[in-house]
Amino acid sequence: MLITIGVIIFLSLIIGVALGISAIKFKVDGDPIIEKIDSILPQTQCGQCGYPGCKPYATAIASGEADINQCPPGGDDGIHKLADLLGVDYKPLNEEHGVPKPKSVAIIDEKTCIGCTLCIQACPVDAILGSAKHMHTIIEKECTGCELCLPPCPVDCIDMVPIKETTENWKWKYPVHKLRVDERATP
Amino acid sequence: MKLFENIFKFNGGIQAETHKAISTAETIKKFGIPKKIILPLRQHIGRLAKINVNIGDYVLKGQLIANADGNVSAAIHAPTSGYIESIEKLPIPHPSGLPDFCVVIITDGKDTWVDKKPIDWKKIGYQKTVELLISSGIVGLGGATFPSHLKLTKKDHGAKLTTLIINAAECEPYITCDDMLMRERIDELIKGINLLHDFLEFEESIISIEDNKLDAIEKIKKAIINEKNISLKIVPTIYPSGDAKRLIYLTKGIKIPKNTRSSELGIQMFNVATIVAIYRFLEFGEPSLSRIITITGNIKKPRNYEVLFGTPLEEIITDAGGQKINNQTFIMGGPMMGFALPSIQVPVTKAMNCIISAETEMLKNDAPVLPCIRCARCAEACPVELQPQELYWFSKSKQLDKVEEYNLFDCIECGCCSYVCPSNIPLVQYYRFAKSEIIEERQHQEEANIARERNEFRLSRLEREKIERAERNAQRRAQTSSDEKSKLVEEKRKAIQEAMARVNKEGDNSL
Repeated sequence: MLITIGVIIFLSLIIGVALGISAIKFKVDGDPIIEKIDSILPQTQCGQCGYPGCKPYATAIASGEADINQCPPGGDDGIHKLADLLGVDYKPLNEEHGVPKPKSVAIIDEKTCIGCTLCIQACPVDAILGSAKHMHTIIEKECTGCELCLPPCPVDCIDMVPIKETTENWKWKYPVHKLRVDERATP
Repeated sequence: MKLFENIFKFNGGIQAETHKAISTAETIKKFGIPKKIILPLRQHIGRLAKINVNIGDYVLKGQLIANADGNVSAAIHAPTSGYIESIEKLPIPHPSGLPDFCVVIITDGKDTWVDKKPIDWKKIGYQKTVELLISSGIVGLGGATFPSHLKLTKKDHGAKLTTLIINAAECEPYITCDDMLMRERIDELIKGINLLHDFLEFEESIISIEDNKLDAIEKIKKAIINEKNISLKIVPTIYPSGDAKRLIYLTKGIKIPKNTRSSELGIQMFNVATIVAIYRFLEFGEPSLSRIITITGNIKKPRNYEVLFGTPLEEIITDAGGQKINNQTFIMGGPMMGFALPSIQVPVTKAMNCIISAETEMLKNDAPVLPCIRCARCAEACPVELQPQELYWFSKSKQLDKVEEYNLFDCIECGCCSYVCPSNIPLVQYYRFAKSEIIEERQHQEEANIARERNEFRLSRLEREKIERAERNAQRRAQTSSDEKSKLVEEKRKAIQEAMARVNKEGDNSL
């Protein structure tokens, strides 16, 4: 009897210590589910979902506050992936938040630009270069196409230009081929 | 010579009608200088070459007109002397038919060389020679166009390179440019092999050739009688024996594992034309300016041409007498791996080893596609031992993660599966589609990661600025308030003193 109790106390002590140590050593910083959701979101930081960026939207999804179908740049693919990750049913995109558009970059018409810096302050990824009363320009490579720079521009000098197909970004298309025509079917 | 030689036969492959005799009856014809040269700036795998000439400049033959941009890139030289007319986007030989940046040279017909500087690598050393080779513009001329200077290492991942295999297999039907090169310029090839053998300190050099090139084999045998470093390996004619990993297995019996380069196992491979190009660069100081190209198929006078890069393809077709039956598609590369050219108003590039005017039997692709009957003949034919039918299902249904799990990226797109498919399914097209989708997705993920990083940095910057501003304000407030306080205290004290003085005065007066 005593031996049994002793053994159990001894075991629970060892396991307790082990658990205590691993809780400190393998502590997970942040919520991993938020990170996972965030890695699916397209990182345009456009705010069309109603949140000020992709991370806040991911946090809202994780807490059950937001739905998975509020991200137009992520498109149908994104919603499917989120549904898979979270184990919920797929829903079509909520069009109140916008519709998917072809990937574009902002282009500043440098002749019209007055150098007001308003767009620089609006850009979520610091992709606009310029300073007060000097012409601004977009670092095309870094532009996510979020369109946040359009409304603040007082002279409407920013255009969204869809990315053109070049030999560099060209990809093989889904094969299209002839189907067999059943001769008996034709009268 | 050994009595019995081992042949290591790989899985699958096909034995198709080779159609090589069509273009080997005539010798290689040197095509003259065209009036106009159109040089695409991307003729290689890697980054666009950086242009260093201007419109209106006069350039000499062999003059560098675009530098290699970074390591994975290749330089471009003027193939003949003339004036630069324009730098613009023009159609290039690419499956998309999209235009790309080209330099247009109006030739003057004088063909004046720049000052050629032969390179004595023994004198200037290995390192310096490789640096010079970056400016040679030489890329793999078998069709892959991988910049050659990247392959000229002595060691890879600590493994010393011991074996040089010269790829003379030329396994695709119709193509004969390497065959003709070996028949006519065997001296240069042997000198080139010896040079490379000494330069990279190989222990053995093996020429691997398919057994259907009898003339070339005879020539090589004669040429290597007194060469102790070079041996000849005759491999069976099975497509795709010319693929690097397949040819290494056929030659040495070594299978190269997934995600490993052959050089990590001490084996390096070069195409015969590439070796001749390296030889001409080091021996005579001639950069990569021309190549041999096979014009064959439904053509009146099929043959091999030696053509300057940038020559309009149409002129060569005209010289070859044009098509026997008009308006047939032109295919660049072989019938197995090549692609249909959207137009022949394109220049000759470093990748262009063969142009086939399609023959009626090759247009099997136009026949209707029937459903897959699960016969698994594609699996039997696959030289990489993949499961083409599974890859097909997953590519067709766009299950990209699944298709990747089935090792899609090990597929060499050789086309054996499509060739044997009784339902005429264009399998390779599905794999190419799946590959480019996956590559694009990876790219988007990378871009998204960068955007996330930049956004996080911006947020932390804004946060920092806010804190700094708050600190500054607090400091200012503290400063001003202490100043004001002392001012107030001072004023009060003054007022009290004044009042006291007045009281005292009044007291004095009343007394």
